[in-house]
Amino acid sequence: MTSPLEQKIKVIGPVVVTANRVGDGAVVYRRADGGWTTDLDNAAVATNAAAAHELIEAAVADDLRAVGPYVAPVKLTAGGQLRPGNLRELIRLGGPTIDLPVTFGI
Amino acid sequence: MYVYDAFDRTLVAERVAEFRDQVARRLSGELTEEEFKPLRLMNGVYLQLHAYMLRIAIPYGTLSSAQLRMLAHVARRYDRGYGHFTTRQNIQFHWIKLDELPDAMADLASVGMHGMQTSGNCVRNITTDQWAGVAPDEIEDLRVLAEVIRQHVTLHPEFTFMPRKFKIAVGASAHDRAALRVHDLALRLHRNGAGETGFEVMIGGGLGRTPFLAKTIKPFLHKRDVLSYVEAILRTYNQFGRRDNIYKARIKILVHELGVEAFAKEVEAEWQSIKDGALALDPAVVAEIASRFRYPAYERLNDSPPELAAARRADRRFDAWIGNAVANHKVPGYAIVTLSLKPEGGTPGDATAEQMDAIAALADRYSFGEIRVGHEQNLVLPHVAQGDLPALWCELDAIGVATANVGLISDIISCPGLDYCSLANARSIPIAQEITRRFRNADLAHDLGRLHVNISGCINACGHHHVGHIGILGVEKNGEEFYQITLGGKADEDAKLGTLIGPAVPYAQVADVVEDIAAAYLELRQRPDELFIETVKRTGVEPFRERVYAAR
Amino acid sequence: MPLVENGRIVEDRYVRVLDDAPVPDRAPVIVPAKRFLADAHELIRRDGSLGVLWPNDRRVAELEPWLGHLALIALVFPKFRDGRAYSQARLLRETYGFRGTLRATGDVLRDQFHFLVRAGFDSFEVKKPADAHVFAEVLARYSVFYQPSADGRAPVLRRRLQSAAAVPKTCETV
Repeated sequence: MTSPLEQKIKVIGPVVVTANRVGDGAVVYRRADGGWTTDLDNAAVATNAAAAHELIEAAVADDLRAVGPYVAPVKLTAGGQLRPGNLRELIRLGGPTIDLPVTFGI
Repeated sequence: MYVYDAFDRTLVAERVAEFRDQVARRLSGELTEEEFKPLRLMNGVYLQLHAYMLRIAIPYGTLSSAQLRMLAHVARRYDRGYGHFTTRQNIQFHWIKLDELPDAMADLASVGMHGMQTSGNCVRNITTDQWAGVAPDEIEDLRVLAEVIRQHVTLHPEFTFMPRKFKIAVGASAHDRAALRVHDLALRLHRNGAGETGFEVMIGGGLGRTPFLAKTIKPFLHKRDVLSYVEAILRTYNQFGRRDNIYKARIKILVHELGVEAFAKEVEAEWQSIKDGALALDPAVVAEIASRFRYPAYERLNDSPPELAAARRADRRFDAWIGNAVANHKVPGYAIVTLSLKPEGGTPGDATAEQMDAIAALADRYSFGEIRVGHEQNLVLPHVAQGDLPALWCELDAIGVATANVGLISDIISCPGLDYCSLANARSIPIAQEITRRFRNADLAHDLGRLHVNISGCINACGHHHVGHIGILGVEKNGEEFYQITLGGKADEDAKLGTLIGPAVPYAQVADVVEDIAAAYLELRQRPDELFIETVKRTGVEPFRERVYAAR
Repeated sequence: MPLVENGRIVEDRYVRVLDDAPVPDRAPVIVPAKRFLADAHELIRRDGSLGVLWPNDRRVAELEPWLGHLALIALVFPKFRDGRAYSQARLLRETYGFRGTLRATGDVLRDQFHFLVRAGFDSFEVKKPADAHVFAEVLARYSVFYQPSADGRAPVLRRRLQSAAAVPKTCETV
């Protein structure tokens, strides 16, 4: 698996850096102040390769708090909100697209 | 089933203690993720899309009711109230927190369960026929030998850092219910001309990017030699398997690149030097392990008790279920009952904590406290008295595990796919759910007959799509989910890889395609009892290809 | 990189000889494999313990003719995930009967200590000083081993038969 630092970062639209939190595996996004948030709206957005690289370099170094950071696309809505940029990121943020199992009648 | 002794319990307890320490060192930063990852993998802890995933081993697919109740407890206490049974007879929990894992593992250890070697580049869960010990066509119950091998390869100092994972399956019936030929190593018990029992040793099977069916390297191996021969195979693999490319690191690639003869020679040379040493199987050792297997104290019962026939006449749904989900048992008066975990609209292989508790109680009452897990992601109650079937069915029906679709088109084998898995390219579960809705009509499903649909969300093929009668593989094209369709795969003793029928179809059309294939089969079959797979074999895939792609 | 032997951090007596460098008289030396094979006949005649550094992608069978002259064999773990040297160690100990020092070098971390010991290693160039300090403690973590292997400890299968003979069996349900 190539390290995210070695992968060529192609930035065509806005991107964020995302990872999983060490303690519980929750999906998190890198903040501009160097922390992590589960709220996509608070994520730092990069619009060019240099900014993305800076974000991810810091994220990779933060191995204590987050695992497996990588650059993920986002979309900006008309109202200026951030949405996930592809199906995988949509599922990571919103959870499985199916209902979790429930037993009836017990 | 096998009952742990003090040694087994101590080993697992020591493992839990070590892992607790490793987690603490990870959380404190003393271990980096790069250092921690192989350690957590060796305990079955993955990182998936939403959370950590914990895979628990269910050795040779056998569970006690106490163990199933503990799985329910883990689902409730540490997860989101359910678990997922896999195509390797294991169970997965998809919402585990790392900092709670040591406690979850300690709870599991109290009933002799663990996640050791359910991941990582080591020997994985040894799987077998879910009807082992009760199938009429079986030569011998191989679970004792599987336990001997399991212990031998657990925390084995030489084989913990192999080139890649290593999957073993064992079987002892003419009809292969364990998908032997898609394993790295398969041992098939059979009788030779002199009436002795021994193993055909097959090597180098596996699905994924480069699917292969296993090849025979030794037609007849005596039981006494099993451990030493397996050791020789693992040692050969450990030394010469490729380490430069993870996609070329399985033993199937080594066998392919060396050639079967050269590979067999290498193993033979190593085996000759160790076969009479400490690994020659001592019957006393095997007997000692066998002494901790618990077998039911079957009653003397007659087949076909009159109350069963009466119940079948009285209730059409019960009658259909008997015809579908209940199989003959080697002991008169008993039956093997399959619990379908494939309800209409459900996720294949999932069970809630409530269902697990209820099934555990039913196992205590009706199956001598034993449950089995099949690679087709259904459960089995292996020791049910035929007279108990009506009462049992009512209870199974009440908890939603009595769908009479075992082996039918809606009994789908599916990986978790992009809804859960970080390796996936596409979703698999919603595809499966839609197919079950299209074929919800029991008469239609029954008329289509035995028809295995396998769905994988990526080329790693955890859904075994290559060997499905209908195989569905999710791929990504320009950010959209597409699916390749194959036909004619088989996972049994007549194993075959499926044939691609045409270009990948988009997500929204997959269920339509399956309906087209089913319709084509109904038209093409020569007799109502010509199975789907037989029709495909006779006609080839061309008529199906035409039908599917005519309008697309 | 601290050296651990007999459960403690020790001084390394051996001199690591680089490929073309002159081999010192009398000092215990570790010579790389290619150099060893090229000069074997001279090297075995000198005073002083002789060791060889053997790569993990060459068969140890090549060393068999020389085992009687070797005091030490150093095997390599380029990354701890690359476990080829475990097989090499067991072959040396169990198939070829090597009795000298077997040293683990490279990416040697505490989580592999008990595998290394059981594979037959008795000398460890430990990557992290912190790991070297807890060597004995880490080994004490496991008391039960299923397999017979090079460290001579009785495997569980054997211990069960012994204890079964000594103690009446009690029936327990999981």
